[in-house]
Parts: sequence; C-alpha cells; structure tokens
Amino acid sequence: MISEYADEILKGSTLAIARVITWLENEDERARPCMEEIYPHTGNAYIVGITGSPGTGKSTLTDGLTWQIRQRELTVGIIAIDPSSPFTGGALLGDRIRMTRHSEDTGVFMRSMATRGFLGGLAQFTQGATKVLDASGKNVILIETVGVGQDEVDIMRVADTTCVVLVPGLGDVIQSMKAGIMEIADIYVVNKSDLPGSDQLYSEIIYRVEQDAQMKNRKWVPPVIKTVAVEGKGEGDLLDAIMAHRKYLEESGEFLVKRRERTRQETLKMIHHELFRIIRQRLDKNSRIELMVGAIMEHKISPYKIVEKVVNEWLPLSNR
Amino acid sequence: MAEKKIKIIVAKPGLDGHDRGAKLLSRIFAEAGMEVVYTGLRQTPEMIVEAALQEDADVVGLSSLSGVHNYFFPKVVELLKEKKLANVLVVGGGIIPLEDIPGLKQAGIAEIFGPGTTTDVIVDFIKSNVRAK
Ligand code: B12
Ligand SMILES: Nc1nc2c(ncn2[C@@H]2O[C@H](COP(=O)(O)OP(=O)(O)OP(=O)(O)O)[C@@H](O)[C@H]2O)c(=O)[nH]1
Ligand SMILES: [Mg+2]
Repeated sequence: MISEYADEILKGSTLAIARVITWLENEDERARPCMEEIYPHTGNAYIVGITGSPGTGKSTLTDGLTWQIRQRELTVGIIAIDPSSPFTGGALLGDRIRMTRHSEDTGVFMRSMATRGFLGGLAQFTQGATKVLDASGKNVILIETVGVGQDEVDIMRVADTTCVVLVPGLGDVIQSMKAGIMEIADIYVVNKSDLPGSDQLYSEIIYRVEQDAQMKNRKWVPPVIKTVAVEGKGEGDLLDAIMAHRKYLEESGEFLVKRRERTRQETLKMIHHELFRIIRQRLDKNSRIELMVGAIMEHKISPYKIVEKVVNEWLPLSNR
Repeated sequence: MAEKKIKIIVAKPGLDGHDRGAKLLSRIFAEAGMEVVYTGLRQTPEMIVEAALQEDADVVGLSSLSGVHNYFFPKVVELLKEKKLANVLVVGGGIIPLEDIPGLKQAGIAEIFGPGTTTDVIVDFIKSNVRAK
C-alpha cells in the first residue's frame, strides 16, 4: 500500500506526491517507509530559493520564473510557505493566487505550506517535500520562503541558489544590509523596478557587492538583476543568472561541498528530531513532565539536574 | 503524529467578480484554525480541482453570486471524482435560489450557505463533516 505510493511518486503521480507531502506535514507514520523508498531517486533536481521581505513580489516572481523555466522545457516543482497564526494555528496561504496560470500545466506542481510554528522562514518539512518533488522527476524546485525579516536564513541550507528579493521604498536600505538575509544572497533581485527609487537601490546593492568582494575574496560575485515581475520583465535574466550560478558551483566543486554540508545538517537534524520525539513521548507518559515542572517551580530541583537525570536515564554515562 | 489541520480551497468559479464573501470566509476559516488556500477570481472547474489535488485539500468551498452555480458546482464534484478525490467535502455559498439547492445536493454538494448565514454555522458544519483521507 505505502510502497504503491512510492512507485506512484516515481511515476510522477500528482495525487501521490500531494498525499505524501501531507503525511510529512502531519508526521504521519506512513511517510517514513515511503521516503526511504524514494530516497535513492533524489538528488537530481536543482533547488532555488526565493526569499525577501513580505510583499516584495516573491510569488509573482516565482510565477514568472516558472514560466521561463517551462520555456526551456524543464519541469518545475514549487513550494510556497506562508506563516501560521501563533494564536489560532490557522493560515492564509496566499501564494497560489499569483501562480494560477500554471494550474493546468502538468509540468508544474505547486504546493502551499504553512509554517505551523516553525521559525527560520521555512516549514519543518519543506526539505522533505523537496525530496518528494525531486524523486517525482521535477527538474527545478522553487522554494518561496515566508516574508522574512533579517535572520530567517534556513533557505540557504536547503537551496542550491538563493535569490534575495529587494524592492525600493522599504525604508533605509542600509538597514537591510545588516547581517542575516543580506549575507545569504547568491543573486540579488531588485523587483518593482518600475517604481521610483529602484535605480538608487540598484546602485546601493552594487556598492555593497563590491565592498563584499574586496572584504571576503569570494569567487562568486552575486549579480544584481532588475525585474518588474507584474510585467514579466527581467525574469529571463534572472533564470540566466541562476543557471550561471549553477555552472559556477559545479565547475568550482562547491556544489558537492554544499550538498555534503546539507546532508550532514539534515541528518543531524533528523536524529535530533527523532530522539527528542521518543524522549518527549516518555516524558508525557503519566504526566511525568508536569511533575518535573512542578518540582522545578518549587525549587526542589533545578532544570539542570533534571536534564542530567533524563539524559542519564536513557543514555547511561557508561554508554557515552 | 502531529495535529492534523483541515486544508480548504476557497474558489470563485466563472467570471463572477463578487469576492467579498470568499475573502471574508477565507479569513474566518483561518481564524478557526484551518489552512486556507484562496485561489482568487475566474477559476475554471479544472483549475479548482487541480489546486485541490496538488494541495491535498480536505474541503473545497465554492462561492458564486452570479448565477453560475448550477453548472460550475456539479462540474467540480464530477472532476474531483475523476481525479479520485471523492472524499473531498464540497460546500458552496453566495446568491443561490432556494429551489436550486436540492439539485445541487443531489449532485454531491454537501451544503449551501446563503447570505446572512452566521459563520459559526459554516465552520461547525465543515469541522463535523470533513472526511478522513
Ligand atoms: C457588494 C456587491 C457588489 C460589488 C462587489 C464587490 C466585491 N469585490 O465583492 C460590486 C459593486 C462590484 C458589484 C457588481 C455587480 N453586481 Co453585485 N452585489 C453586491 C451585493 C450588494 C453584496 C454582495 C456582498 O459582498 N455581500 C457580502 C458577503 C459577505 O456576503 P456573501 O458573498 O453573500 O457571502 C455570505 C453567504 O452567501 C455565504 N457564502 C458566500 N460564498 C460562500 C462560499 C462558501 C464556500 C460558503 C461555505 C459560504 C459562502 O457566506 C457569507 C457569509 O454569510 C449583492 C446583493 C446582496 N445582498 O447579496 C449584489 C449582487 C450579488 N450583485 C448583483 C449584480 C447583478 C451585479 C452586477 C452584474 C451589476 C451590474 N449590472 O453591473 C455586477 C457584476 C460584477 C462582477 N464582475 O461580477 C446581483 C446578482 C444577481 C444574481 N445572482 O442573479 C446581486 C444579488 C444584487 C441583486 N439583488 O440584483 N456587486
Ligand atoms: N509595481 C510593482 N508591483 C509588483 C511587482 N511585482 C509584484 N508586485 C505587486 O506586489 C504585491 C505583492 O506581490 P506578491 O508576489 O504577492 O509578493 P510576495 O513577496 O509573494 O508576498 P508574501 O508572500 O505575502 O510575502 C502584489 O500586489 C503584486 O502585484 C512589480 O514588479 N512592480
Ligand atoms: Mg508570496
């Protein structure tokens, strides 16, 4: 039954792709055997991240980029993330509305995802979902992050090429040139270039890129691409820049380094998650965690001691 | 297993431009804890069903105020079945004459909600009728 889903994913079935992504999101136990089966078929898709502040045009740009990629006869998987409400747990997933022109193109699969409390700009299982799309044979995967502030930079660890979208009129540019999101750009996009202030923004970014080049001695100098996503302008240039970055990564050997680092991070994260899940389950049994919290609140024991006890219970010192 | 969320597509089929109701409901569903994908105006039944398929939706909500419900609503149900999505709950609302409602239900639309329906009623209906995938 589950194995059937894996086969169907490999054949590109939309239903199977969609269902298994749901299983991942729900931490449904049916996901794991399926992921295991499709894993050998992953690693072929090229993964592109689109990030930037809320409303900068990420979805509109993703739509245009998808159209450009389709012109080059490659298939596309899109994952677009929007925030869940911390109060109600609900989410308004509004990215799809900008991408409806592809909704009947069988070469495009588009999925909206809510963060469900996960910080960092992605959802917890975005990376898992890229694997499903990858195994299904999609050539390029576009990930649109939530509208980010300054330090939601998880996309950098998931994407091969990260595009940071900036627009004129979002206040002091130098502000956004602090650490964080400005550091993760492989490509800068100045969207809404039809609006006043875009030329100035463009020069300011170029200036920063030049500064960086002097300071860091990096071999890849991020290009700055001007776009008007609502008019479909500049998206071809953006795709060219993405392809150039890919070529650079592959020829310099950085591609393998990057993917190896990603695999390391992801594996550690998965181990972390699974260990925590198991321990959490046991602590929840007979409300043990509540008893512990009570004892800490009454200063009968410190949280440091509790951690030591809990860890020793399942990972005795003799094993460490 | 993590908590399951109800995922709902809110769509406006046809050329109808009345989107206040659909937008209001999208917000209300999100505030009721659902994950809502609003597809926007001018959707064909094929587009709506493809969205339901890719998003793995539990519910499709259709809003029509321009009198196109008798064609579009049943068409969506029919296409969902074709795509093996018969389990998806379909509900509708907008300006729909009372005499059309029995026919729409016959065609597989679970419930129709007209103007003035309190949104609690709609949310409760969805929560108690959503089906397992
Ligand atoms: C506001 C309005 C407009 C606005 C729309 C603004 C907008 N962006 O939405 C404007 C001025 C643009 C407009 C234009 C037109 N309108 Co007008 N409009 C209305 C009006 C007065 C209110 C609609 C509204 O927003 N209600 C508020 C929302 C919240 O209510 P609702 O959508 O009904 O939603 C509730 C329920 O129906 C239900 N529901 C709705 N959808 C869904 C979906 C799901 C899944 C569920 C569960 C429930 C649900 O839940 C909601 C909460 O209770 C109605 C009259 C009326 N009393 O309904 C006419 C009305 C809908 N319009 C009408 C007409 C004819 C037009 C025009 C053709 C007029 C013209 N000749 O130019 C144009 C067409 C525009 C177009 N492109 O389609 C007619 C439609 C007649 C028909 N169906 O046979 C109406 C009924 C007026 C009338 N009595 O003649 N209109
Ligand atoms: N003037 C102008 N407006 C644009 C351009 N690109 C996008 N927009 C508009 O900007 C608004 C936001 O666009 P989206 O594509 O939804 O932006 P987003 O970054 O995906 O937004 P979030 O996902 O909510 O963070 C929409 O009203 C677009 O029409 C552009 O090049 N020029
Ligand atoms: Mg968006």
